[in-house]
Amino acid sequence: MFLSFFYLLRARGLNVSLNEWLALIEALDKGLCKASLLGFYHLCRSILVKSETDYDKFDLAFAEYFQGIVTPEDIPEEIWKWLSQDVKTRDINDRTMLDDFVLELEELQKRLRERIEEQKEKHDGGNYWIGTGGTSTMGYNGYHERGIRVGGEGRHKNAVQVAGERNFKDFRQDNILDIRQFQMAFRKLRQYSSRLDGAKTELDIDGTIDETCENAGSLRLVWERPRKNTVKLLLLFDSDGSMMPYSNLCSQLFQAVSKSNHFKDLKVYYFHNCIYEHLYTTPHCRRGEWINTEWVLSNLSSEYKVIFVGDASMAPSELMSKGGNCYVGLYNEIPGIDWLKRFKSKYPKHIWLNPIPEREWDYTYGYRTLQAIKELFPMYELTLDGLEAGIKKLLVSR
Amino acid sequence: MSNKMNQFMGSSDYVVSDELMHAVNVAIALQKPLLIKGEPGTGKTMLAESISKALSKNLIIWNIKSTTKAQEGLYVYDTVQRLYDSQFGEGDVSDIKKYIKLGRLGESFTSEDQAVLLIDEIDKADLEFPNDLLWELDKMEFYINETKETVRTKHRPIVIITSNAEKELPDAFLRRCIFHYIEFPDASKMEEIVRVHYGDIEEKLLGQAMEAFYWIRDLKEIQKKPSTSELLDWLQALMISGISIDRIKSEIPFAGVLLKKNQDIDAMYEIKQKGYSLKRWL
Repeated sequence: MFLSFFYLLRARGLNVSLNEWLALIEALDKGLCKASLLGFYHLCRSILVKSETDYDKFDLAFAEYFQGIVTPEDIPEEIWKWLSQDVKTRDINDRTMLDDFVLELEELQKRLRERIEEQKEKHDGGNYWIGTGGTSTMGYNGYHERGIRVGGEGRHKNAVQVAGERNFKDFRQDNILDIRQFQMAFRKLRQYSSRLDGAKTELDIDGTIDETCENAGSLRLVWERPRKNTVKLLLLFDSDGSMMPYSNLCSQLFQAVSKSNHFKDLKVYYFHNCIYEHLYTTPHCRRGEWINTEWVLSNLSSEYKVIFVGDASMAPSELMSKGGNCYVGLYNEIPGIDWLKRFKSKYPKHIWLNPIPEREWDYTYGYRTLQAIKELFPMYELTLDGLEAGIKKLLVSR
Repeated sequence: MSNKMNQFMGSSDYVVSDELMHAVNVAIALQKPLLIKGEPGTGKTMLAESISKALSKNLIIWNIKSTTKAQEGLYVYDTVQRLYDSQFGEGDVSDIKKYIKLGRLGESFTSEDQAVLLIDEIDKADLEFPNDLLWELDKMEFYINETKETVRTKHRPIVIITSNAEKELPDAFLRRCIFHYIEFPDASKMEEIVRVHYGDIEEKLLGQAMEAFYWIRDLKEIQKKPSTSELLDWLQALMISGISIDRIKSEIPFAGVLLKKNQDIDAMYEIKQKGYSLKRWL
């Protein structure tokens, strides 16, 4: 009976299958929705939605379907005119044409809803949206006012209000990127080997069978060493002022790495824009709190996998020329790019994570140095997808 | 509802939201497993206990660890014991049944009365783990290869599964579950929860502590947010110490009970003093 709701949910990106839909019908037959729309809302949500990240999508779709948020009054005159013109051009007896019309109406409604959503975000999000307006030809007044009112009233009034509150907006997967997700990505960074030292704690089944046979069938157990992760990681963070906007993101990455205890060894150093004679041991990059880059290159074996994290954006001289180090009072004999090249040749497994979104790489303010560094190291943006791709890159054998 | 006996209404020591109660009852009525997610400390595990108490049913807990295999929940065939017995001539080795030991899932299937089965922290296990249980949770039966027997349920157990979202669960598994996400309780709900635990708590102390608690939870700089169980511990510490109520909000005494990380405590005090924190990533 609500079949169109089912298709609406699917159209809104919720992966609802027929099984779940049948379960919902069964539940309705059993009277589990308690004959109220709120009950129905909770029933639908618990059966059809399988992740809190989808709660928001569900709320939106539910509000859309059951409130008809887009009431005819909300659609401006011109669009009505356009719509009615459209109808006139079509033959009413032609079914496919009719469907077509419905589709177009839906598309229109979708666009309208996008505008409406934008408006709501403008209101919710505060500073960001203000001033970007201008796309208001579609008229997005209705829901905005309503949005405020719904939020202001107490909960449990009716289902549509609850759905309209969008309490789960923060859980949308496309919005958040938390430590755990980074951690999950880092878990993939492992290579097992049993050639390490350690107590023999695992039963070697083949060995046990052989030994037991040798021993005329009387059981003799054979143990072997458990397989351990052999990955060693060298993490180099850019801690320059230009990285400040991304500090939260970098901080999450740092925590994710430092919490991942499955690495055989983890070394973290910081640099200021580019790598020169010294690598800093703290993110503050203070003079003296450093070790020699030479020491790192000679003491950390080439087994280490290297991850650079930085915006790779700087004045070209900082990367290319002698004395380019922008830290007042420090002079480098070797240009930064040569240091980077030394890292590249010493450590065959290397990637660069860049917090600047990839689409801006070609024209961001430091695009020249960024491109030069990108030629040296495989560069990925610092997002979950980028990190996963980068880790894959670190693991492939050459 | 047809079966009033199996209606979960919460229990005296567990505050349940309407939504959660509803989800539990839906799961019971549809005989599907209920998958519970939520922040740590929102009482995911407690829920199963509460259900078993409220409906006076036996609770069977299957704690999942990273090494747990699905098979272990069904049954284990103790081959080593049988081998030993055959070597030392003890017992009747031809009776394989003796060496079949039912796991927690098997136990709940064969239980004489309907049981509540809690599969705790399913996401701790291997990625394939949930897939290996699809058939068993769907049909509530499994086959023992060694004895050629099929174990069927006498009464389908009420299955509660908790997850901390460490791993994504496979779609096929999710489709078979009823899902509920436990939201972090808001202030009024939290007060109710506190009162269930400490009925005689002083009004003013609770008010001040709650204000401080939600202030700390809202700080962006805190990495591990305190949860319900930490608040309860903290309240107890405050009550026992008899610290003056005015100092709770201004000093946040026993911050170590609420915040479990040095960085978080430092950041909190820094913000308290200066109104901001410059700590970046150490």
